[in-house]
Amino acid sequence: MATAEQSEGLTFHPMDQFIVKPLFGGDAVGMLTPTNVTLWMALTVLAITALFVLGTRGRAIIPSRMQSVAELAYGFVHKMVEDVAGKDALKFFPYIFTLFCFIVFSNFLGLLPKAFTTTSHIAVTAVMAVAVFLTVTIVGFVKNGAGFLSLFWVSSAPLALRPVLALIEIISYFVRPVSHSIRLAGNMMAGHAVIKVFAAFAPLILLSGIGVVVTPLSILAITAMYGLEILVAFIQAYVFTILTCVYLKDALHPHH
Amino acid sequence: MANTTTEAASEAAGHAAEAAGHAAESAGMPQLNFDHFPNQIFWLVVALIVIYFILSRIALPRIGGIIADRQSTITNDLAAAEDLKAKAEEAEKAYNQALIDARAEANKIVAEARADIQKDLDKATAKADAEIAAKAAESAKRIEEIRANAAKDVAEVAKSAAGDIVAAFGAKADAKTVTAAITERLKG
Repeated sequence: MATAEQSEGLTFHPMDQFIVKPLFGGDAVGMLTPTNVTLWMALTVLAITALFVLGTRGRAIIPSRMQSVAELAYGFVHKMVEDVAGKDALKFFPYIFTLFCFIVFSNFLGLLPKAFTTTSHIAVTAVMAVAVFLTVTIVGFVKNGAGFLSLFWVSSAPLALRPVLALIEIISYFVRPVSHSIRLAGNMMAGHAVIKVFAAFAPLILLSGIGVVVTPLSILAITAMYGLEILVAFIQAYVFTILTCVYLKDALHPHH
Repeated sequence: MANTTTEAASEAAGHAAEAAGHAAESAGMPQLNFDHFPNQIFWLVVALIVIYFILSRIALPRIGGIIADRQSTITNDLAAAEDLKAKAEEAEKAYNQALIDARAEANKIVAEARADIQKDLDKATAKADAEIAAKAAESAKRIEEIRANAAKDVAEVAKSAAGDIVAAFGAKADAKTVTAAITERLKG
């Protein structure tokens, strides 16, 4: 903030990129208003359709490039679900794959200049995390009945410790959706905000002599952050998906 | 801290000039503006449902099918390759067997030919031997005859020579005695 004051004209609005705006003018954001959220989610849907439907149109034994990528993504998540949550979790594969695709495409589309990153919003990630939480809890009780509660009763621990452990397990179980959603939204928001802060320093060369040093540095920093963000965009989608698999495994096989 | 807040507020106010109505938002995190939650949640649910149906109805069965097809194609090709390899091995074995048979046949034919030639040769040798033996016998007979004739001639010549010699000594040679003497001498 101090720097912003010193050099008049530099504007710091690193969070403005996250503002939800109606697409067609006006200020009121009602539930059904088409906003930039709508636009970028629609683009996500289109990108997913392009890759997984148009890309696999050829049904080739020797795949084209697009088909290769689609098959790679399919194999990646399929193997993850099978390895982490077990073979009986494969019927949840379309569900998990939907989440993975949405997150990974939203993250990468958000890296386009001027883009709106839907996954940087706690509202979005929380809905997904709560959906996973509810699914896992319901599946756990449907599959195991009251036996699902043995997830909280660590039978390998000494009897005296078990009630304490049960309390901790229950708290950690209910904290799951919180950490699950904030991890993704926080990572996406922080990276984009940092890029934006560096970007605000970039035009300093137009305003003062110190800009000779600051401008190249900030451009370098933006480039480095962008590289890191590409990594983070994929890793956070991966983490969200693999945690979903881990939670699903707890629901299907609650015994430690 | 209070100072910073005022700055932020004044900054927000400045911003409001260019984008009216955003003043409240730019002061804090837009993520925590609960007024926008219903909008985001609504469009998220729509997007997720659309993606779910596109993926589960079209994309995933198709990709699964492609991968299964490829797997079966590879398995089939491997089996076919195994088959062809077995066939090739069989063909090689048959070829080697044929080669061995042909060699054996050739050996047999050579042996037969050799035996035939040997037989002919033996026959010819025997015939030649017989002829040689006949010729030799004939020759021996003739030599014998010649020898006998020669002996007779010698006796004859000796008789006449002895008669003449005896006559030259002036004695009368009895032909019988001379002959006996000569025969006696020739034997000795």
